Amino acid sequence: QKVSVEVLAHLEQLALVDFRDLEGVERLQKAIQFADQLHEVNTDGVEPMDSVLEDRCLYLREDDVTEGNCTKELLENAREKVEEYFVAPPGNIPLAKLEEQEAFLQGS
Amino acid sequence: AAMKDGLRSQVSAALKEGRVTPTELCQRCLALIKSTKFLNAYITVAEETALKQAEESEKRYKRGQPLGVLDGIPIAVKDNFNTAGIETTCASNMLKGYISPYNATVVQKLLDHGAVLLGKTNLDEFAMGSGSTDGVFGPVRNPWSYSEQYKEKSVPKSHSEDEESNWVITGGSSGGSAAAVSSFTCFAALGSDTGGSTRNPAAHCGVVGLKPTYGLISRHGLIPLVNSMDVPGILTRCVDDAAVLLGSLAGHDPKDSTTIQDDFKPFELPNLTDVSKLSIGIPKEYHASGLSSEILALWSKAADLFKNAGAKVVEVSLPHTRYSIVCYHVLCTAEVASNMARFDGLEYGHRSDTKDSTERMYAATRREGFNDVVRGRILSGNYFLLKQNYEKYFVKAQKVRRLIANDFVKVFRSGVDILLTPTTLSDAAPYTEFIQEDNRTRSAQDDILTQAANMAGLPAINVPTALSERGLPVGLQFIGRSFQEKQLLTVAKWFEKQVQFPVIQLEEVKRHDDGVFQHQKSASFS
Repeated sequence: QKVSVEVLAHLEQLALVDFRDLEGVERLQKAIQFADQLHEVNTDGVEPMDSVLEDRCLYLREDDVTEGNCTKELLENAREKVEEYFVAPPGNIPLAKLEEQEAFLQGS
Repeated sequence: AAMKDGLRSQVSAALKEGRVTPTELCQRCLALIKSTKFLNAYITVAEETALKQAEESEKRYKRGQPLGVLDGIPIAVKDNFNTAGIETTCASNMLKGYISPYNATVVQKLLDHGAVLLGKTNLDEFAMGSGSTDGVFGPVRNPWSYSEQYKEKSVPKSHSEDEESNWVITGGSSGGSAAAVSSFTCFAALGSDTGGSTRNPAAHCGVVGLKPTYGLISRHGLIPLVNSMDVPGILTRCVDDAAVLLGSLAGHDPKDSTTIQDDFKPFELPNLTDVSKLSIGIPKEYHASGLSSEILALWSKAADLFKNAGAKVVEVSLPHTRYSIVCYHVLCTAEVASNMARFDGLEYGHRSDTKDSTERMYAATRREGFNDVVRGRILSGNYFLLKQNYEKYFVKAQKVRRLIANDFVKVFRSGVDILLTPTTLSDAAPYTEFIQEDNRTRSAQDDILTQAANMAGLPAINVPTALSERGLPVGLQFIGRSFQEKQLLTVAKWFEKQVQFPVIQLEEVKRHDDGVFQHQKSASFS
């Protein structure tokens, strides 16, 4: 059972990484095949396990500010910035739409 | 010859008595790093800061106020731990040039104890792999490839051809750290362990590799792979040293809410002489297909060792062992898909030049920054997390995880104290052979014996046991109960004493040696 082209495209969109080539797609196929072995195990009545420390209380600290004010250090590692802002290219342009525009532009 | 506890009785004593100074120690390690550069164990050598730290340590010794056993001791840290002011790359293009603005908690603790940070060690990209061959700075070479012991056993062709093409891998993903400790360029190193990444290279490089219980040591500052399984790992040349490191690192960290709040008391290991009250479990499922006959024999010999010394040795069953690797595959890729989402080029790390749109920039940044292995796991992970697959794969894997963890609970409840298993299926493979299979296949094969301990969160340790027919190290693994590191290490120390694993005979080490390096073992050979 092969993964459909729609799902492959959907995955690339979600992951924001690409399969690059046929090898990448085959790698996914093999990964799914490998994972399918899980279905041999009978897990009726078994609760999923999130953490091995599930029997303990999670540590919660007081809601007090103990550190911060490190804007300068944090900005140091960013490539594009303006004053105290990280700068991003325009958003809300889904990848597919861009492709469409390009194809359209190429045609015209 | 008698086993002396390394750091404490030898190097630390030498520093206290002024027989060697921290600066001399540091300089010697730095020189040895230079002459073993061909191993490619280090990505960054922090020469200036290391010498400064050594200087400070020296002042403390002169005042008679060392901070403890670790004061002045050169250590190395795997390059997926954040180190303030020092580049942290995870062996990936995504983080090339990234200078950490802070120290990981474990790094800070080591520095607070006066340890000298020599540099950052090489690994598989983002700790994904079992060979330390898939990072952007190239593969790490196992120091044993250049040992007298290995060369003696190699079929001689032309001498130079031998060295260039015959070298073996370190295992992974903490291969750089294992190689650094094994080649005497540092006294201890930090690794990480998610599926065996500390124990596997420890076995191949003939060093002690400890995976602590999940929740004992802080992960704050360790760039995460699988949040529910990652732990910092400890690599040393003897079990006593591992206990020293553990003592300085374990304990609750408010910055990592997955660390337990119980008080942790550092301990010294007793010299166990009577093992008659011990019950050792031999899990039959660890006799995995592909296990070399050599290692099987060694495992058997070890079991007999305990039996003859009066311990109770029983065969036990961990029935879901063979699903551990499949379970890991799903949970790991799923968590990776989530954890790698932070790499988008905006706040740190590599950023693509694309300016059209945010999505385009993210996609290009990630295409340029991640290697095939990382991208493959992200895509697989996203697949398993799709709405239509979530129950079928992710939740299913979480259920199987519980079954695996329960297997261990049952066995420990039946009276078994410690489990004894092989660590790897065979000794280290030659690099040219190893790369014939892809990363996922290799990881699936190599993690089989180590992965389940991560699944259940249990402490586990590799103890170097003997040399294979090819003259390469083989180790055995002990798995203990949650948070029972003292018992685990005590038994490991007893075993270490029995097997007297040989010291590596390396030309470069001999040239720099003056007794201080080979501090914990006289040259006794098994």
